[in-house]
Amino acid sequence: MQITPLLYFKPIEIYLFYLTLTIYCIGTINFLIYLIKPRPLFSLLAFYITIIGFVFHSIIFIFRYFTYACFPVTDLHQSLFFFAWCFVGVFIIFNIKHKIPVLGSFVTPLAIVFLISSATLFTQKPVQIPPPLRSIWLPIHTTLAFLGEAFLGLAFCGGVMYLIQENQIKNKKWSRFLHRLPSLQTLDDLNYLCLSLGFPFLTLGIITGSIWAEYAWGSYWNWDPKETWSLVTWLIYAALLHGRLTIGWRGRRAAYFLIIGFAVVLFTFLGVNLLLPGLHSYDSFTSP
Amino acid sequence: MNIIVAGLSHKTASIEIRERLSFSSRNLTTPLQEIVNFPAIYEAIILSTCNRVEIVCTAADSEKVIREIKIFLADFHKLSLDEITPHLYFYTGQDAIRHVFRVASSLDSMIVGEPQILGQLKDAYRSAVANKTTGSILNRFLHKAFSVAKRVRTETDIASSAVSISFAAVELARKIFDNLEDKKILLIGAGEMAELVTRHLVSHMVKELFITNRTFEHAFLLAQEFGGRVLKFDELFDNFAPMDIIISSTDAHDIIITYEKIAKALHARKNKPMFLIDIAVPRNIDPRVNDLPNVYLYNIDDLDGIVEKNRQVREKEAKQAEEIVEKEQMRFYVWLQQQEVTPTIITLKEKFESIRLKEIEKTFSHWEGLREEDKEKINALTHAIVNKILHGPINFLKTKGEKNRFPIEEIKKIFNLNDKEDA
Repeated sequence: MQITPLLYFKPIEIYLFYLTLTIYCIGTINFLIYLIKPRPLFSLLAFYITIIGFVFHSIIFIFRYFTYACFPVTDLHQSLFFFAWCFVGVFIIFNIKHKIPVLGSFVTPLAIVFLISSATLFTQKPVQIPPPLRSIWLPIHTTLAFLGEAFLGLAFCGGVMYLIQENQIKNKKWSRFLHRLPSLQTLDDLNYLCLSLGFPFLTLGIITGSIWAEYAWGSYWNWDPKETWSLVTWLIYAALLHGRLTIGWRGRRAAYFLIIGFAVVLFTFLGVNLLLPGLHSYDSFTSP
Repeated sequence: MNIIVAGLSHKTASIEIRERLSFSSRNLTTPLQEIVNFPAIYEAIILSTCNRVEIVCTAADSEKVIREIKIFLADFHKLSLDEITPHLYFYTGQDAIRHVFRVASSLDSMIVGEPQILGQLKDAYRSAVANKTTGSILNRFLHKAFSVAKRVRTETDIASSAVSISFAAVELARKIFDNLEDKKILLIGAGEMAELVTRHLVSHMVKELFITNRTFEHAFLLAQEFGGRVLKFDELFDNFAPMDIIISSTDAHDIIITYEKIAKALHARKNKPMFLIDIAVPRNIDPRVNDLPNVYLYNIDDLDGIVEKNRQVREKEAKQAEEIVEKEQMRFYVWLQQQEVTPTIITLKEKFESIRLKEIEKTFSHWEGLREEDKEKINALTHAIVNKILHGPINFLKTKGEKNRFPIEEIKKIFNLNDKEDA
């Protein structure tokens, strides 16, 4: 992989990308201040700034859609970029509905990490995907899968918050941080809600993916690493959901599950592409 | 115009004295009317809570007002002046403004940061408004006090954490369960602290309360008081599963709630969280239950530790709050001064003019054969003298009075401007 950003990116894309990143950073700083000094002003400011960042994030995406005349989720850079977009978008909707602004203090730094990583993961130039793969299933499959993973990302943040809060209450280490984080019940509900939204999307993502595989490669399931690891991810979340509903896997155990689950999601997403060869490795689109 | 606060609080008077000097907050009409009937007092508010009795008023002559309020308090409560004087404090000017702001912001409370006082002050103000004993100064003053209290509340963490054991328990419960409305609480045993915790939980909308005690009568009485249900002591121990919060405070000398019982209950309730509060000494609940997932056990020392920590936080925050109060106090004081200068000048001019007119009338009445033009000359002469004399004091007021209350008071004293009847 060569670093030739100018071949890959149009200049305007680069400017917009930096702008988006800067706005997100300002939003994140506000969210972190909010964590230290929980004045409603900071959370509102942070949230509105994040929304502005999201607007620019969307503009880049739309720009790419028209420039490349294709749903721009064709390589690892674009995928991670789109995933960050889903992640922030899901958070914005979630916060409007459920008003847990402190979640932003965990979500926005993670979103920045995704965006910055995406900037380092570009190929020489945008992949022109071959005709067999140009289908309506590309946007459907990627959107569903990423929405699911975005919700699971929120659940991951919720899980981290749960563990911090639980540790304080369980071990009687009361810090001022205790008042910044929501109650255990709220966090557990949040985690469950994210899981119960993320899991169906993930399932649909896998199903649509296999339908697309049937169209593209002639077989629903090829056991390539991406598919295998997707299945592993799915099984982890399925186990958690099942455990929760039947024998009450909640609280700390659920939080650990959500954290491990999301780590596997990231591995399936990035690790498989970077480390293991297979159909989903974007430079081998034409095989098998 | 001066703001004066007179009163007594938990800092200066015992509960017995406070009780005897308190006013019924339901009927403040009589005392309010009596106060404003005193000649020196213009406006008045009475704040009477279990921790303080305070009269906030405006007047021109603060010393006179202090005397009048003492007499009023003694007469109204049928006590002698000597009995009440040692417990009273008086604040005037900036001290009075600061004091009321501090009271409203709960900086002067027994438990710093407790929120009730602001509501009580608002009620007191409403009563005074209803009885028409407030005017432009107190109206503005009290609204300012409310906004200062709000500022302190939003800009500092003074009220964010509990500083009593029972509040700490409630706060913990809310950090675990968020909403306590649909939670089931079990109180085992009795005791002051346990009842206090229960009372606070019940005041947080907890609806389902179960009480058990070795002596049925005691449990029954408590249940009546809190609106709970009595469980039989012996049946209880197979029945922990539905309970979300258990408060234990029996005088049993060993552990009555074991690890196994809670583990069993937890399994039956599918790991839903349980919050156990062990107030008893020696302890009633096996400390190992805290190792169970989703079970949170706090004993009296744990709660004490939290309270101590929160108290330190509050003390730190209180400093920040005092700074806010100080700034706002200065600002309000400047406003008060500006209200003051012009009226003082007018009163001063009116006073001199009335003296001049009186004297001229006197002179003219027994000065026969005075011509009209002479009269006019004398008129002009006296007018000029008065103006020349007043020039100094008025200039003094205009330049110094804006920033400093001292010249206004001095001028008022020198020219005796303070008596309502006199002016």
